[in-house]
Amino acid sequence: MIGDPPGSSGRFGANPSFFDLVRSSGADPVPTPGADASAISAPHGTTVVALRFADGVVMAGDRRAVEGYAIADSKMDKVFPADDHSAVGVAGVAGQALELVRLFQTELEHYEKVEGESLSLEGKANRLAQMLRASFPLILQGLVVVPLYAGYDLRRGEGRIFRYDVIGGRYEETDFQATGSGSRDAKGSLKKRWRPGLDREEAVRAAVESLLDASEEDTATGGPDPVRGIFPTVHVITAEGVTEISEDQVRAAYEAVLERRRAG
Amino acid sequence: MAMPFYVPPEQLMKDRSDYARKGIARGKPVVALEYADGILFIADNPSTHLYKVSEIYDRIAFAGVGKYSEFESLRIAGVQLADVRGYAYGRDDVTAKTLANAYSQALSNVFTQQMKPFEIEILVAQVGMNGEDNELFHILFDGSVTDQEGFLAMGGESEALAGRLKDAYRPDLALAEALGVGVGAITAGNGSGPEAGRLEVAVLDRNRPRRKFRRLPEAEISTLLGG
Repeated sequence: MIGDPPGSSGRFGANPSFFDLVRSSGADPVPTPGADASAISAPHGTTVVALRFADGVVMAGDRRAVEGYAIADSKMDKVFPADDHSAVGVAGVAGQALELVRLFQTELEHYEKVEGESLSLEGKANRLAQMLRASFPLILQGLVVVPLYAGYDLRRGEGRIFRYDVIGGRYEETDFQATGSGSRDAKGSLKKRWRPGLDREEAVRAAVESLLDASEEDTATGGPDPVRGIFPTVHVITAEGVTEISEDQVRAAYEAVLERRRAG
Repeated sequence: MAMPFYVPPEQLMKDRSDYARKGIARGKPVVALEYADGILFIADNPSTHLYKVSEIYDRIAFAGVGKYSEFESLRIAGVQLADVRGYAYGRDDVTAKTLANAYSQALSNVFTQQMKPFEIEILVAQVGMNGEDNELFHILFDGSVTDQEGFLAMGGESEALAGRLKDAYRPDLALAEALGVGVGAITAGNGSGPEAGRLEVAVLDRNRPRRKFRRLPEAEISTLLGG
């Protein structure tokens, strides 16, 4: 690799993909297990939501991971900044999902460094789909990961949300979306609370409320725990970048939701 | 079959060195200076898209002088090495020393085994965190490596440049002062005043979050030079 004189690789142009690079170097990040792995007991991450608001997108995830009927982790983060202007949330087999996030983060940074500029948001979303498709053998064996991707499109000047299916199908959503075991309930909640042009505070509150609703209907989704100070992870993505909302602000949003419920 | 003429190895190496040195001396220079918050890079580079200085990894930057296509291929190889290392092990395990060794091997191989040596010099710099020293590795066309302290000049007229830097440089300069020293050294040589549009300036700033590398936009360069 290093030391190859220019042009000796037999390829035209440098491949800016880190994913292709590690796969070709033999350290395959998507190994293929030989047998059905669905019976293997491994922690699963659960619910992640994303919704558009006036200045961009809010993405939030609960903190629970389950292994069968047991709670494997009550403080897991499932939403991560993918780069300066996008975030990725994951549901599914936790080990596989977290590795996918690390790989995707490296992929975006690698492209940026090699090419000297970032991929378009469209390009990033497509890349994630291709990486999911490459892990298809794992899906067949029961190790399923379903991400949600959202970012601020600097060229269009708006927030965008992308949903994926297990085999790497990519679908753009205009308003809001959820993934994971509690996604149906979270979406039901968002359907009532979402409207075009929400402000930042309203959007954070709607995200927190949708996760609370999901936790009340789905055992695998963890609700906020004010005693131990465990609240959903919330990231806000705007033209200025990705910001993680502080625990105090999430707690305030949670209390505002409770207040509204008490008031009836 | 014709017998090849015998060329003594000393002569062969000397010819290649002369060839590489001539190529490098024709190019425009890059200087690097350690300053209070990290490392500053200044390139005399009229292009706004073809960079001489760039990011390799969180704390590590790369600078090249000479033939663009040659140092660009090494830059990309460096980004690949760094990202693979950081992904396989941990982000802190990617070091300038590893990269400098890899570059040194690569350049040494090209110099001894290929018809034409690379007409480049490169710099691999790492900003020190938590009180550690910065590291500046200067690698020549034949693979020889030296680690530098304080400042460094490469490319055309690098000796004269280094002389001027030696007079003006002091450790722990503020960014604006360090930029003044570097730009002064470059422009004193070519007889023109400092033109922000012709300068490519970047820093490894240890006060930044994870990725320490930052390019300074033209407006900021003008402000710093004017102040």
